[in-house]
Amino acid sequence: MVEWNFLAVLADADLLLQGLVNTLKVTFLALLFGIPLGLVLSLCRLARARFLSMPAAFIVEFFRTTPPLVQLFWFFFALPILIDVRMTPYIAAIVTFSIQSAAFFAEIFRGGIQSIDRGQWEGAQAIGMNHWQSLRRIILPQAVKRMIPAFMERSIELLKTTTLVSTVAYTDLMFQANDLAQKTFRPLEVYTVVAVMYFVVIFVFSQLSIRVEYRLARSGESTVR
Amino acid sequence: MTDSVIRIENLHKSFGSLEVLGGIDLDVRAGETVTVLGSSGSGKSTLLRCINFMEMPSEGRIYLHGDLIGTDEGGSVRYSESELCRIRTRIGMVFQHFNLFPHMTVLKNVMEGQVTVLGRRAGAAEAKAREQLERVGLSDKADEYPARLSGGQKQRVAIARALAMDPDVMLFDEVTSALDPELVGEVLRTIRQLADDGMTMLVVTHELGFAYHVANRVLFISDGRILEQGEPRQILREPATRRMQEFLDGHAQFRLPF
Ligand SMILES: Nc1ncnc2c1ncn2[C@@H]1O[C@H](COP(=O)(O)OP(=O)(O)OP(=O)(O)O)[C@@H](O)[C@H]1O
Ligand SMILES: [Mg+2]
Repeated sequence: MVEWNFLAVLADADLLLQGLVNTLKVTFLALLFGIPLGLVLSLCRLARARFLSMPAAFIVEFFRTTPPLVQLFWFFFALPILIDVRMTPYIAAIVTFSIQSAAFFAEIFRGGIQSIDRGQWEGAQAIGMNHWQSLRRIILPQAVKRMIPAFMERSIELLKTTTLVSTVAYTDLMFQANDLAQKTFRPLEVYTVVAVMYFVVIFVFSQLSIRVEYRLARSGESTVR
Repeated sequence: MTDSVIRIENLHKSFGSLEVLGGIDLDVRAGETVTVLGSSGSGKSTLLRCINFMEMPSEGRIYLHGDLIGTDEGGSVRYSESELCRIRTRIGMVFQHFNLFPHMTVLKNVMEGQVTVLGRRAGAAEAKAREQLERVGLSDKADEYPARLSGGQKQRVAIARALAMDPDVMLFDEVTSALDPELVGEVLRTIRQLADDGMTMLVVTHELGFAYHVANRVLFISDGRILEQGEPRQILREPATRRMQEFLDGHAQFRLPF
């Protein structure tokens, strides 16, 4: 009979909470940098000029197809050999996940922009808007609405992937859990608590996104024409 | 020709090896309503889209109020994107499928170009938008989203949106073709009102009744050329070519009120 004892875990709850804060910090910063960078990458990829579209396509495909752990190790262990930077686990984590999410967000942006009817570009053009004005005022606002479900899903995926940063000794929730499990010899309780913590955070977030989607669907103005 | 609003000289347009416009010459004078007829694929839309440079002409010149659009460079004409954007604010265009902005209310649709492109202040733009909505009879729909309007109402909003830019000329490309028959009348009456107000217009349509009663001049386009043109009562009753006669016969629902 397994004996559950959460007391040891609860005694060090602040360690886990600190880990959770760090996990959320990396996720948040990766979104903060990744979303605008993703937009830029998608616009480059959609551009008619090949000197823009080709490199953008390469970056996007490269970061979508290589394993995130390899990317993380590359930025942490390999990049400092190439150029003179002092990589901390924290910076490596943010750089890796910003670029990696940018690659995924770029594809979401591209899909969203391309899903908008050509007539919308023409309507904007006919009242004298240039390409950038059309994009900013007419196309993106509609595209972003359609992209929200995919955005939410990708953000949740990102939060899960950040557990990898524990491997380069960044003190995220997973790292703290490993630490605590070894210290207390109670992996069962520790990993159970950690699983519940991830579950709660992600569950709340996805409920929020369902609420948002429901609202968008109801407001009726999300359809073209 | 001081009162020429749009003047087209030798306009050619090809898509790859397909020649769609084969040399169009046309002069549209201030206050004139010119109706363009022609069977499907004859190049009517392409003609309108070249006039506001949504398609780039392969050859030829277009003048707005006597000024060449673009820069003459040893015979050929070069266009800059910023000039074309400026020109498009002076040439209103209304489409078959409305192309309203679904994420904006009717009022915002009509204000958008004024604010973003012309740089008008929100207050002035709103006043202008309400004025134009009044003109097309949709003052009470200002705060609705396009999705909640009928096809005829959407098209009238699209007309108001174009008018709000104070264009020198309006282009209409089969603006009633996507409408249920009972909604066609309200849109045609709106356009007729513009004609009565003295707006200069180029109207591509299959509504021969409109051509007959409203237009000052009718063009018949065939294979990218103007095959016939003339005064509507004359040309619609007694077309000179067999091509046009056949085209008119094809519109059996149209009865000339003799
Ligand atoms: N962007 C394009 N690329 C290639 N071909 C085109 C393009 N736009 C139009 N065409 C071709 O040019 C020809 C004329 O088209 P256009 O749309 O001007 O005809 P239309 O007179 O407006 O016909 P409809 O009454 O069906 O609207 C057609 O054969 C069409 O397929
Ligand atoms: Mg057409």
